[in-house]
Amino acid sequence: MARAFTPKVVTANDLLEGDVIYQTEDDRWSRELSDAELITDEAHAQVRLLDAARQANKIVGAYLADAVVGENGPEPTHFREDFRRTGPSNYAHGKQETSPQPRA
Amino acid sequence: MYRYSEFDHEFLAERNAQFRAQVERRIDGSLTEDEFKPLRLMNGLYLQLHAYMLRVAIPYGTLNSAQMRQLALLAEKWDKGYGHFTTRQNIQYNWPKLNDVPDMLDALAEVGMHAIQTSGNTIRNVTADHFAGAAADEVADPRPYAELLRQWSTDHPEFQFMPRKFKIAITGSENDRAVIKAHDIGLQLVERDGVLGARVIVGGGLGRTPMIGKELSEFVAFDDLLAYLEATVSVWNQIGRRDNKYKARIKITVHENGIDTIRAKVNERFLQVRPQFKGADMNLLEEIKGHFAPPAFREGSVASFESAYTNDPVFRSWVDTNIAPHKNADHAIVTISIKKHGQTPGDATAEQMRVMADLAELFAYDELRISHEQNVILPHVHKSDLPAIHAKLKEHELATANFGLISDIIACPGMDYCALATARSIPVAQEIATRFEDMKLEHDIGHLKIKISGCINACGHHHVGHIGILGLDRAGVENYQITLGGDSTETAAIGDRTGPGFAYDEIVPAVERIVETYLNQRESAEETFLETYRRVGMAPFKVALYPEARANAA
Repeated sequence: MARAFTPKVVTANDLLEGDVIYQTEDDRWSRELSDAELITDEAHAQVRLLDAARQANKIVGAYLADAVVGENGPEPTHFREDFRRTGPSNYAHGKQETSPQPRA
Repeated sequence: MYRYSEFDHEFLAERNAQFRAQVERRIDGSLTEDEFKPLRLMNGLYLQLHAYMLRVAIPYGTLNSAQMRQLALLAEKWDKGYGHFTTRQNIQYNWPKLNDVPDMLDALAEVGMHAIQTSGNTIRNVTADHFAGAAADEVADPRPYAELLRQWSTDHPEFQFMPRKFKIAITGSENDRAVIKAHDIGLQLVERDGVLGARVIVGGGLGRTPMIGKELSEFVAFDDLLAYLEATVSVWNQIGRRDNKYKARIKITVHENGIDTIRAKVNERFLQVRPQFKGADMNLLEEIKGHFAPPAFREGSVASFESAYTNDPVFRSWVDTNIAPHKNADHAIVTISIKKHGQTPGDATAEQMRVMADLAELFAYDELRISHEQNVILPHVHKSDLPAIHAKLKEHELATANFGLISDIIACPGMDYCALATARSIPVAQEIATRFEDMKLEHDIGHLKIKISGCINACGHHHVGHIGILGLDRAGVENYQITLGGDSTETAAIGDRTGPGFAYDEIVPAVERIVETYLNQRESAEETFLETYRRVGMAPFKVALYPEARANAA
């Protein structure tokens, strides 16, 4: 039997800034994982990944990352995704120094 | 210092213009990421976890003050005010924006620097002994030859799409500070009957399959060396495995074919390529040597140095730790530690870079070096200038007296930055340094090299650390394996694994237990960690690390 589908978000890096972004339900890219669309259906996940891949002049390297429902939206399940949404631990750089700006 | 010729300037200007156009075409959508990625990598531009990363080559680790100031400018203008010096003697900028990178490359070209071949399956930046040209123990300065290799390998048409990357290191000394046995090719300059040449080591490397290099030839005269190296790379380019990325490096080719077979193939190929080298390379080497003529070392009394050494204990401690003997007795080699306890190993702020550039210009014949151990070197300093240098370094948190000690840790960027990492390494280094500083044990422990990598690719050289730490992802949590007894010098050795790994919050206490064991086991304060390990072996360390195993055995 195939493994059960675990919830996902579509994530990528911004083409110009290179920072971590997440696809929202209303087709924006947000700097905040909590804004991301949490996808619970495998077929829908593939469609959303294709939607992302089409935006090659805006984003780089879209993929599906595991996530779970949290109090304020999706939460990471793996420490790598936790670091991606936060930034480095040696300096308060990246997402830790600027308030996230919503992206069209 | 090598000064760019007209040809060098034109070549670089053309490459930078090409890349600027490629970036524009990526941004306007004419190039896909798949098309753009190999182009950006050829120019040293990676995409990491949180941002792009630009890796700039510092050929054989040598810089002048103008170049260091320009690196500071890049840090300030297009990054977050700092840069990260790496184990490949390069500098990495962690936060550039894609559309700024062409300007950064143009700014680098102004001082004869670039990011070409800092990535991709090419011959990478040639690294060298960071004490080259200054060390008391060298046969000759290896940098003219390193520069010849740089010119030969840059844009070499045969070597742009090889099975994998290729790294060459060169030293002029028997005491190996360039880790030549852990490179694809390691060169040690030797003199035989008045003729200068090199001992050629091949097939070393760390990463997923660590190997100590083997001797390919005990001596190749300079006249023949470039042809011999071309033959070596060429043989690997032909028979190196392209079917499996993890078996593509020359260390695997040497391992699978045997050093004798490789030697025979190289010799055969050498006879074919040798006639193509008609001496132009030797003429060029002679010209390059002129660029590396030693400075006119100044003379003068060292009395002020001796008086400061006697009267100032902080200065004395720094001199005892961070100063190495220079070939001129009244001069010294200064290692500037950019590893103040708790700081990120290898990071320097723009301000610190400028201070080091100023010191180089004022006191060190305008020369700086970057070591693979992620420190900055002033290779030639008259001893009477040491007190002034120390005072200036102190003002900028650059006077930490920890060269070669437990807090002088090599650490790769790890999962704080690197897209390939499986665990963090920077915070582990920070905590180890802070912990031993708090205990004030560091100088008592003495010479001890800890090297940390955040994945098996081993940028942090963990296999050759006296204590090596490898961060892995074990079932979704960070886990750290320890190796003991590694050695990066002429007596190179791969460390032995202690056993099961340790969780993130267990790794610093584990290192503490290793060090306690060493302090209990050593025969005297003169016996270093590595000597003790070689004498007593793994057993006492295992007992200290895994008390449950001892309980079960009892």
